[in-house]
Amino acid sequence: MKGMKKVIGRPKYLKEVPNHYCPGCGHSIIHRLLAEVIEELDIRDRAICIPPCGCAVLAYYYIDVDMVEAAHGRGTAVATGMKRCLPDRVVFTYQGDGDLAAIGTAELIHSANRGESITTIFVNNGVYGMTGGQMAPTTMVGQKTTTTPKGRNSVTDGPPLKMCEFLSPLDGTAFLARTSVHSPKHIQKTKKAIRQAFQTQMNDEGFSMVEILSQCPSNWKLSSVDSCRWIEEGMIPQFPLGVVKQRQTEPS
Amino acid sequence: MKGTILIKKAMCKSCGLCIEACPKGSIFISKKINEKSYFPAEFDKKNNECTGCGLCAVMCPEAIIEVYREKK
Ligand SMILES: Cc1ncc(C[n+]2csc(CCOP(=O)(O)OP(=O)(O)O)c2C)c(N)n1
Ligand code: SF4
Ligand SMILES: [Mg+2]
Repeated sequence: MKGMKKVIGRPKYLKEVPNHYCPGCGHSIIHRLLAEVIEELDIRDRAICIPPCGCAVLAYYYIDVDMVEAAHGRGTAVATGMKRCLPDRVVFTYQGDGDLAAIGTAELIHSANRGESITTIFVNNGVYGMTGGQMAPTTMVGQKTTTTPKGRNSVTDGPPLKMCEFLSPLDGTAFLARTSVHSPKHIQKTKKAIRQAFQTQMNDEGFSMVEILSQCPSNWKLSSVDSCRWIEEGMIPQFPLGVVKQRQTEPS
Repeated sequence: MKGTILIKKAMCKSCGLCIEACPKGSIFISKKINEKSYFPAEFDKKNNECTGCGLCAVMCPEAIIEVYREKK
């Protein structure tokens, strides 16, 4: 364009293909942020992603880095093996809330407790997105899903699991943060947190995780814009944003 | 005019998040359908008030908005 300078464009490591995500889905925003951070940290050749079972199962079609698919919930176990064999790589799992906080809880807790030098990108959309919107451990009290048609009941179903707070007492966890992708401001903060998490791993400080509140308009039965509002009004009061833990490394 | 944007309409899914993000109201939903049967977002070239702030591109889930600013 004449006399104009391009200031923002599609990141280099986000492939030029249409994705399969629903309109307005937070997964697509998070994919872009990962591609941007990988480019800025210049780690494309040593990044390895472990994609999940869930809507992001096809992440390897979109983000241009090496990937090894894990069975549902087994992300951090596969990442552990990967990182131990190839310690110079930047290894990260990408997991939904059903994947990480339900079927994969055991793997996650023990990987975090061992202080594995891996990063987990935890996409919390409060439902099992791919399988049709069933209740997840992170579903809000009162939230209607296909398995809680009258809304989640905290007596019979328990309250939503706060994974960052849950992992923070473990000695192995070095960086834990909760962010969101419902507005440009929060998207920028999420990018910063992802960069910090990767840097934690590159400094070999221990386990790092970014929990990202992410809109799922299809299963929430809301428009894209209303889904963003629901994160602000319904989720953030229950899932406070910010850095939950940042371990100070002792000077050696 | 200080800025302008380019939207790759063929890949737009009409989520409307860029419209919500634009502080100048410079984006609207097109009346013309695209190859994927969505009504894509379109830049308001006529009343161009774009400052090149980039909020639409930061929000766009499809990463199909390019932002340009006038060269100084
Ligand atoms: C061992 C196993 N059990 C069950 C499933 C079915 N399954 C696929 S995705 C999924 C849950 C997805 O939810 P989440 O992890 O929150 O990801 P989202 O789609 O919301 O991003 C389930 C239960 C499976 N693929 N493998
Ligand atoms: S079902 Fe939800 S999480 Fe899955 S692609 Fe659609 S909006 Fe995204
Ligand atoms: Mg989910």
